[in-house]
Amino acid sequence: MKSTDQTRIHEALADATFRAYREAVIRLPPDVLRVIEKAAASETSPVARGEFANILQNITMAEKLGVPMCQDTGVPVVYLTLPPEIPLTKELYDAVADGVRRATKEVPLRPNVVDPLTRHNTNDNTGLGMPAIHVKPGEKFTVTVLPKGAGAENMSRIGMLLPSQVSQIEKFVIETVYLAGSRPCPPIVIGVGIGGTFDGAAALAKEALLQPLDQMTEYERGILAAVNRLGIGPMGLGGDTTALAVKVKTAGCHTASLPVAVNIQCWANRHATVEVKP
Amino acid sequence: MTAKPVQLRTPLGEEVLSLHAGDHVELSGVVYTARDEAHLRMQKDGIPFDPKGAVIYHCGPVIQDKRVVAAGPTTSARMNELSGFLIDKGVRALIGKGGMGTRVLGQLKNKGVYLAFTGGCAALAADRMKLKGVFFEDLGMAEAVWVFELDRLPLVVGIDSHGNDIFGDVSKHAEAEFGRYKKS
Repeated sequence: MKSTDQTRIHEALADATFRAYREAVIRLPPDVLRVIEKAAASETSPVARGEFANILQNITMAEKLGVPMCQDTGVPVVYLTLPPEIPLTKELYDAVADGVRRATKEVPLRPNVVDPLTRHNTNDNTGLGMPAIHVKPGEKFTVTVLPKGAGAENMSRIGMLLPSQVSQIEKFVIETVYLAGSRPCPPIVIGVGIGGTFDGAAALAKEALLQPLDQMTEYERGILAAVNRLGIGPMGLGGDTTALAVKVKTAGCHTASLPVAVNIQCWANRHATVEVKP
Repeated sequence: MTAKPVQLRTPLGEEVLSLHAGDHVELSGVVYTARDEAHLRMQKDGIPFDPKGAVIYHCGPVIQDKRVVAAGPTTSARMNELSGFLIDKGVRALIGKGGMGTRVLGQLKNKGVYLAFTGGCAALAADRMKLKGVFFEDLGMAEAVWVFELDRLPLVVGIDSHGNDIFGDVSKHAEAEFGRYKKS
């Protein structure tokens, strides 16, 4: 038997997950919209300006019609912050999955989650280890949904660089963007995870995508400028804007290691956070 | 400021031969969606519509209650080896994202164009499209041939009929630029 408290938490978290998913696929966060608008205004290539016009009109239409801005509504990547009074239980994972199922039916979302080997589609965007849920302690009880589409995710890379290759990190990022070409639907957002472990660097790279895009460090701006010199431009049609932003997250690592992960995101850097109020 | 887009209406004819890579166009009229499976089926069983002056759209849409919910473009390069027979039968334009290989560039010469549509713009696309019919529905929602009526879909000429290819030029530039890093 579930206690009333458990039921209340379950319902509130499932509902918050549903609302965050719907918000994420229909409306871009304000910082993402700002960097797109800024890049559109300064773009000099007429072809690229046309692509930006379509992107901005698409964003407006999605909101007006209340439909997802892209048909690839991604796979659910979810970040939970738990305040001290909310214990971490399996129940929370079930509640998030319930929210994802509801969003799949009601938004609606494209059912994207399949078994990796049989390729059998579960039709509700859940599966073994999916939604991918990351938990950390915090002050407030919140759920963040980051729907990740395949076009950009497939272009991501990880490299175990040598400790002597700190100056080669930029080259690794640029190589990743060069190899991706038009496929990730540029202008892209680039999340870079540096340090930690093999798996940790990849997690950092994805978390970096959640940081405000209009606040970049000198280091991030330097990589962005180098990436944009490639001239791939929106949709690979050329232009000043191959990437909108570079965000870096670091973690301590072994003295003999330098893991570097690059998580590529399309122009639709979708994510939304909702506070859970049981 | 960008020049006014060229207005095109299907079925297309010789007017596509005067288009140049980089021209903005707005396309109205009927287009047929086709991805990998539809191309294979058409090669085997024949083209279920009149290909003369027709337009192929590389797209796997979301259709709900006979309505186009989301219909952005898919990656055209997957159809690099599958498009020649369509152009031979009279297809005048291919729509998709990311461009196509040199083989298609040759096949389009003096015959037709490749039109790029902005990736991820599913809501904009759905707003400009009406569902008119379907062929090969047994292939499933993403792979069936859907018949859409377009109302001024904003596109750009990526490959023209004179052998110009924006994507090819951009790749060459990116390769040269990255080459400078490879040496460092």
